[in-house]
Amino acid sequence: MSAPTAPTALTALTKDGLLLPVPDDDGAPFWSYAAAGELRVQACAGCGTRRFPPRPCCPRCQSFDTEWQRMSGRGRIWSYVIAHPPLLPGYARTAPYDVLVVELADDPAIRLVGNLVAAPDAPLGSVPAARLRIGAPVKAVFPVLGEGENRVTVVRWMLERP
Amino acid sequence: MKDATAIVGIGQTPFAKQLPESEKTLACRAILAALDDAGIAPHEVDAFASYTMEETDEVEVAKAIGAGDVTFFSKVGYGGGGSCATVAHLAAAIATGQATVGVAWRSRKRGSGARPWKNTTVQLPTPAQWTRPFGLLRPADEIGMLARRYMHEYGATRDHLFNVALACRNRANQNPAAMMYERPLTREMYMTARWISEPLCLFDNCLETDGALACVLVSADRARDCRRRPVYVHAAAQGLPAQHHGMVNYWNDDPLRGPAWTAAQQLWKHADFCPQDVDVAQIYDAFTVLIPLSLEGYGFCGRGEGAAFTEGGALEIGGRLPLNTSGGGLSEAYVHGFNLITEGVRQLRGTSTAQVPDAATCLVTAGEGVPTSALLLRS
Repeated sequence: MSAPTAPTALTALTKDGLLLPVPDDDGAPFWSYAAAGELRVQACAGCGTRRFPPRPCCPRCQSFDTEWQRMSGRGRIWSYVIAHPPLLPGYARTAPYDVLVVELADDPAIRLVGNLVAAPDAPLGSVPAARLRIGAPVKAVFPVLGEGENRVTVVRWMLERP
Repeated sequence: MKDATAIVGIGQTPFAKQLPESEKTLACRAILAALDDAGIAPHEVDAFASYTMEETDEVEVAKAIGAGDVTFFSKVGYGGGGSCATVAHLAAAIATGQATVGVAWRSRKRGSGARPWKNTTVQLPTPAQWTRPFGLLRPADEIGMLARRYMHEYGATRDHLFNVALACRNRANQNPAAMMYERPLTREMYMTARWISEPLCLFDNCLETDGALACVLVSADRARDCRRRPVYVHAAAQGLPAQHHGMVNYWNDDPLRGPAWTAAQQLWKHADFCPQDVDVAQIYDAFTVLIPLSLEGYGFCGRGEGAAFTEGGALEIGGRLPLNTSGGGLSEAYVHGFNLITEGVRQLRGTSTAQVPDAATCLVTAGEGVPTSALLLRS
């Protein structure tokens, strides 16, 4: 399957001062699929091995042929931190907030950094820190960050059992 | 390369939150102090090594100090992971005849200058696109993530991390050059400190320091004629493990098995002694949790046993493995780990302010959690 064109995100900050992802060539398809509400992971079209972060060729068989496999969007919290200032101003305003690493249910070796949110469009830190625990099941949500031409869809997470 | 070269000179500037002089001036002061310590004239220097993050380059330093014709120069990447590799590159160059007198240095105004994570424009697209938008901004956040997982998997506690912070602080309290010389640390201070990136609190993080350090390397033959007792480079290694991702090492089968393991394998392969024979260790401590991870990686204990290793005063003077005896990055100065190299040299000269009696072997490590390097020094 050919990947859709990458969204453009030339400005690095939202108006609230949050960093927008600045995709590279290898990562661009991930963000495009996210914009369509799909969580997809790069895999080798030759041997089928999934890899993250995306890269030009397969570290197992060295093939440059890639495909993007759709994941269920379900996962578990692998680890997390609660960030406190000093932080960039946009992040300091919402601190303390959590940052997660989530392992995907479809492939626990694939892990994504994200945040736990109370609703798809809820802000950073919207779930009380006491609710977090390693192993908790979560599901992907796809909020849009940024404004105008700088809109980028990112992947965040909600508790399966809030 | 074993014992073929020796560190014969060390030098440093004061360490402070803010020093008035430029990084270039500080670099020159540290290098000239190291050459004076060695009893070697600046015009004899023909090799330089530093970090890619070092902002004073060879051209500027060489012409300022009055170096001669330079035939070897090298810079090592990955921040604090490159510290020991600067010495390793010089050792290799001298052992293979590419140069005769090498200078390694680091000069940094991290105390008064910008915090690198505050400059969003210098973030590389990979892996920043996968982490920064979610507020994983600082090394403390990135390593904090691994720390939480480590605590979860192996039952490590904040008391274990405190053991590390306390050992470093206790040594700094013996070292008049240390930024924390007159600042004792208590368990209550640690347990009630503000969070930086939970589970890491203020005292789990290294200092922010202005300062510079340098050392001088020559061949073992020449070292015998120098002013000070030579400290031999017994073994050296760099480490970039397969499928490693730097400080955000979340994307392989075993994220807690860091570059220390790779460097250690190479290091011990070429050494005449083993971890149990190490008298004193200078282990890179940008964060307390790097110590248990490194203790495991360098083979001082088994996998998952690094936290328990710190119990019972093991890291104090008189313990199983006296650690960071000048105070380390946590309590002496954070200059990308170069002060760990110079303290290793002092221990083997017998001139540390927290001297381990009869220390004859020392492990020095560079930043764990990034592509790293390590040295085994012996007297």
